[in-house]
Amino acid sequence: MPGKLKAKIVAGRHLPVMDRASDLTDAFVEVKFGNTTFKTDVYPKSLNPQWNSGWFKFEVDDEDLQDEPLQITVLDHDTYSANDAIGKVYIDIDPLLCSEAATVISGWLPIYDTIHGIRGEINVLVKVDLFNDLNRFRQSSCGVKFFCTTSIPRCYRAVMVHGFVEELVVNEDPEYQWIDRIRTPRASNEARQRLISLMSGELQRKIGLKVLEMGGNAVVGYLQCFDLEGESGIVVRAIGTACTLEKLTNPPSNAQHTANSSPSKDIREPVFGEECPCNPLSSGPSTPLRAPAFSFSPSKSYSRQSSSSDTDISLTPKTGMGSGGSAGKEAGPLKTLLRQQTQTALEQREFPFFTLSSFPPGFLSHVGGVVSARSVKLLDRIHNPDEPETRDAWWEELRQEIKSHAKALGCHAVVGYSESTSICEEVCILSAAGTAAVLNCRFLQESCQDTLTEHRLSRQLPLFPSGSDKVEFDLGSSASLGCEDLAPPGCGFCHIPYDELNMPFPAQLSYCCCCRRAKVPDVLFTTIDLPTEATITGKGCLIQARLCRLKKKGQGEANATCISSLLPFMEYELHTQLLNKLKLRGMNALFGLRIQISVGENMLVGLASATGVYLSALPSPGGIQIAGKNPGDLSYEQHVSNMQRKINDTITKNRDIYQINPPEVVEEVIGSPIPEPRQRSRLFRSQSESSDELSELDLSHGKKDAFVLEIDDTDAVEDIHCLLTDAPTPPGFFSCNTEIMPGIHNWTSGLQMFTSVRVFRLSNANLTNQGLNKIFNELCENLLKSLYFKLRSMVPCCLCHLNFAVAVPEDELIQVAVTAVAMSFHKDQIQDSNKSGEDRTAMKVITEDQLQFPMELSAETTPAQLLSAAKNSGPSDCSTSGLARAPSVDYSSFADRCSTWIEQLRLRAHTIRRGSIKTTSSLERGSPLPDGRSRSLRSTRSFHGSSVAVVKMTPLSFIPGAKIIKYLGIINMFFIRETTSLREEGGVSGFLHTFIAEVFAMVRAHVAALGGNAVVSYSMKECVFMENPNKNQAQCLINVSGDAVIFTRETDLETSSTQLQAANPQSNEDTPA
Amino acid sequence: MSVELDVFVGNTTIMDKEVYQLWLNGYTVYDAVRVRMEGGVMEEYEANAEVLLSDTMDQFRTFQMCERLLHNPAKLANQLLFQIPPDRQAMLIERYYAFDDAFAREVLGKKLSKGTKKDLDDISAKTGIMLKSCRRQFDNFKRVFKVVEELKGPLVENIRQHFLLSDQLARDYAAIVFFTSNRFETGKRKLHYITFQDFAFCAGQLINNWTIGSVDNMAEDMDVDLDKEFLQDLKDLKILITDKDLLDQHKSLVCTSLRGKTKVFNEMEANFKNLSRGLVNIAAKLTNTKDVRDFFIDLVEKFIEPCRSDKWTTVDMALYLTHYTNSAHLLDSFRHQAVWNRYMGVIKSCILRMYHD
Repeated sequence: MPGKLKAKIVAGRHLPVMDRASDLTDAFVEVKFGNTTFKTDVYPKSLNPQWNSGWFKFEVDDEDLQDEPLQITVLDHDTYSANDAIGKVYIDIDPLLCSEAATVISGWLPIYDTIHGIRGEINVLVKVDLFNDLNRFRQSSCGVKFFCTTSIPRCYRAVMVHGFVEELVVNEDPEYQWIDRIRTPRASNEARQRLISLMSGELQRKIGLKVLEMGGNAVVGYLQCFDLEGESGIVVRAIGTACTLEKLTNPPSNAQHTANSSPSKDIREPVFGEECPCNPLSSGPSTPLRAPAFSFSPSKSYSRQSSSSDTDISLTPKTGMGSGGSAGKEAGPLKTLLRQQTQTALEQREFPFFTLSSFPPGFLSHVGGVVSARSVKLLDRIHNPDEPETRDAWWEELRQEIKSHAKALGCHAVVGYSESTSICEEVCILSAAGTAAVLNCRFLQESCQDTLTEHRLSRQLPLFPSGSDKVEFDLGSSASLGCEDLAPPGCGFCHIPYDELNMPFPAQLSYCCCCRRAKVPDVLFTTIDLPTEATITGKGCLIQARLCRLKKKGQGEANATCISSLLPFMEYELHTQLLNKLKLRGMNALFGLRIQISVGENMLVGLASATGVYLSALPSPGGIQIAGKNPGDLSYEQHVSNMQRKINDTITKNRDIYQINPPEVVEEVIGSPIPEPRQRSRLFRSQSESSDELSELDLSHGKKDAFVLEIDDTDAVEDIHCLLTDAPTPPGFFSCNTEIMPGIHNWTSGLQMFTSVRVFRLSNANLTNQGLNKIFNELCENLLKSLYFKLRSMVPCCLCHLNFAVAVPEDELIQVAVTAVAMSFHKDQIQDSNKSGEDRTAMKVITEDQLQFPMELSAETTPAQLLSAAKNSGPSDCSTSGLARAPSVDYSSFADRCSTWIEQLRLRAHTIRRGSIKTTSSLERGSPLPDGRSRSLRSTRSFHGSSVAVVKMTPLSFIPGAKIIKYLGIINMFFIRETTSLREEGGVSGFLHTFIAEVFAMVRAHVAALGGNAVVSYSMKECVFMENPNKNQAQCLINVSGDAVIFTRETDLETSSTQLQAANPQSNEDTPA
Repeated sequence: MSVELDVFVGNTTIMDKEVYQLWLNGYTVYDAVRVRMEGGVMEEYEANAEVLLSDTMDQFRTFQMCERLLHNPAKLANQLLFQIPPDRQAMLIERYYAFDDAFAREVLGKKLSKGTKKDLDDISAKTGIMLKSCRRQFDNFKRVFKVVEELKGPLVENIRQHFLLSDQLARDYAAIVFFTSNRFETGKRKLHYITFQDFAFCAGQLINNWTIGSVDNMAEDMDVDLDKEFLQDLKDLKILITDKDLLDQHKSLVCTSLRGKTKVFNEMEANFKNLSRGLVNIAAKLTNTKDVRDFFIDLVEKFIEPCRSDKWTTVDMALYLTHYTNSAHLLDSFRHQAVWNRYMGVIKSCILRMYHD
């Protein structure tokens, strides 16, 4: 019995009326864990019952603790008939199993019913007493921390990154079992909710075991997905990156924070965000990485794709978007050796994949480009749920393919890796995508000298350099001291990792515009976030490629074959669109690329989203030139030249909007070691292209590298129209799908997370591909327009992490769901490039601090590193060490202020802890609906004011202007809602609106109960909506996840004292109102 | 081709004040879109009609979902479904409970029954306020009335606390509750010129001075009922008109102090006895519920109209009432000074407020 779970039911409020006669309810509660059930007394005739139960104790195995949720059911007692269920609360107790996360769950949680939605709230207290036997821990995986965040969580440092972990579990879907025919929809929904909760618990435990086996203690970038395969069952699968994390007792960010004056603080926060996660969303990424100057003959690309597809059905177009070599030839033999070692170290691992999408500076040596693989499978009933071999094999196959693509690009690792599926009937498209990369080999240097640790190193990769090394690196970055391999930080990752003479695909290479020493491709596509150290010009923007393709309805094998033959064309076209749009904006790189291809009965929908930027290291993109097929025709010529002019105008305008003015002067200064002729041509080019009067003449002259679009048929004309119809974002708005907008640093604390869902019905039966494309395009554009309009009060603002998910739920329906966060920023500082530069360096210091760690590798190095760490963080470090956990502050200069600040923080933490209990007591005193009305209202008033704690939600890994001081555990919730009175609930929109609001409310309530005040890395991974208006029915499934955290904000501190008062009912009541 | 479903849900509920007002005013979604288009939001942020429609529908839906909570404003603060900043909550409540004076004037003093509710379309037609909005306002009156009716303690404070309203709005509701429970007659033609705010002011005077709560905070009873003891005492004032000497004495005192100070002195002198009889008779009759109902009509008929026909100015009126009240204190045989003050204080301020065209 390694654990004792204790639960206490305190009170309920806002319960629904269950007895029509009295307009009241006789409520009691069942508390269930595993097979044990307890009940409270019936609290008669009240909508605000006060149970005040004792502790219900469950003595259970820790394996059960991990798998099972605590199930709380509120019922209405009925003497004569069966008791009616009011609703349920599932509590995931996983956060309580980890000593560093939450210690108690306490607060008001919504009582949820799958038919009626939220029906009142219940106040509960849940605790776990684990018998702290470390050996026992090893048997289950209690204590392994999970993070959705796809970067090293703030307030932790990575001691070691062990690598890829994956697992999947399968089960039959209760909705498709025979029993479903005779039970109520409620029963079947609840069975499903419970099953999925169990499955994800089990999955998490199994992953945890793998992590422990690898010697880690945490999973970062944890991405869990459900595949509802219908008849064939439910698959719950997860991937993540195993790490050994260590809590920073003195988060360097804080020291930085207070030591600096406020303006710079505001800026630093956003910079923080630069180590950001690409979303771990299932929305399918994967991209053809194609040669930059890819010529546009379909046959070419196709041949490559077909070569890579190894089965009839499974199809995996692969492509590589190259990036520059790391000056391979100049490097000495030692370097080559080192590199080989890195490579072998990585290659020995089955999958050198990382679900992380942002990394410490210098970690990525080179980025090769996007690697992706897709395969189409026919689903079959899973015969033996305990041996989900088929599903495992499918993914294995895909991962192997990804790995080989990466290898072809000269890369030994894949970063920003994710997997997704799209299912329609019995056909399933599996997709995997990531970014091929070469990781920094410097971390292996020590290991070379230290043979003792070598073996271990080859197994588990310590990814980050030691502190002392780091400092040196920073100093020498420009001069490239220390290690020959060190590329200048701003451009190193752009250099191509593959051999110039032996390129995996045709690409146009040129010398790096920053260092002039290595080759870079002319375009770079990646799935990761923009590296912190990257130097960019201007700002970025959201770029989307959208595509629909009709397909014949089909069944089984034929259908699958049909889909797999369509896929390469779709990928090709999406890629072309992306490339064109990128050029149209005068940019040369894509980050955070997600390509999603969804399958429906009679069509395939593809949506690629990415954030375009101008990487200073890459050459300026050429313009787009249109070439008519049949010259001679005058009117046609005119038409072509008209279009050409429009395109040129758009490019010029876009350069203006995104402030893309490549700094030519800088180029000249830096580029010393370049061979003469090269340099000349290079300069010529940049001049001709970036000059402001981008006249047509100029463009046609520079046509050497201008991008030529041939208009040979109506399709091409359509495409070009489509290019030009993308409405620009309204003034004051920016948008991106990465964590933060490249080029914006000065965020305010204004934050609005939102989800928007639209379903579009195509009523016209005879649609062409073009028609469909146009509709889909408009749908997305209008959705964006609506978002801008809605959020206009936040201007100037940026929509970050714009995550689109498309689905084809029925024959003629297209569903688009968007989750993103709008963040406002200070306008005045936008153009202050100097400042942002400072921030950048400041930011670097922070990340480095975060990643400094006494390496476990050898005992010898440790003291030195500790020393350097101490030196680095200065005196503040020493003085704060006594005050463990308190956010660190520069005491030497701000001692007074800080100590009071910490006082307050403590107080605050205290209230957070006690907050819920307090509310309880206030409820006891008087509910807002006094049963006896005779009492004067004067004393029941304590409720006014915010008795509900504000919980922020964001898909990003950080909160601007605030620091995360504690991670409380992962939030992973699955809800089903069903209605048989659709019309009465306001139609489909009313139904879904309520449901999404309810999901938000439940997430917030659970976070608040854990003691948190925000959810970071939030995502809605699944939103499956089905309707049957004729029967007045609808059903929706939503799966959300994120990390519950506590954050503090300096400006909060003043208000915290007032909140303290507000939280205290006593003081409120006593004051005469 | 149509948008089948379109929702937007923010972690913090987004609400546009302007759209909220349109919703409160009873506009349909399409009318609201038209109004917004005319208002010129479209030019901002390159919206088009589609965007505007989507936004309006979405917000109307949000308001509808919130309406249930607004019926019990205390709930809004501790519900979990919508995360709304406190200042927004206050705005939502305040505007939801705000009403049109024109509407309130129509309903004032009427029984808040189903019958009255059926007549709302007439009121809507008469005032130009949309029926939907009339219904909301009517239901608000009724809801406040029902909750406060049985509560003890100060009326305004009860309303303010239970419905979390601003002081001004709570006062207005107190007036409505007060008028409704005492069933004051306000609908007569002669009273038409009196605005809701006039009545609300008078109600405030009555509540503050003539109810039990006004003298005894500890009283078990509440503000809605007039102080029975006081009404009984008012009968004693009759002596001012029944005792001939006293009446003459009073008149001469008033006339002495007024002489030369007003142009309408002659009329005042001539009318003194009538006016005094009018006011004192009103006082003496207030023990009858029926006469309480007619309080305002009596004030107008017995006092305001005669003065108006004599073309008294407001200054004249103030002067007269001041001296009329104060002179009574100089009457040796008049012993009901306290009651007189309590009575005349209210009468004076009510009349002054009501004395306009």
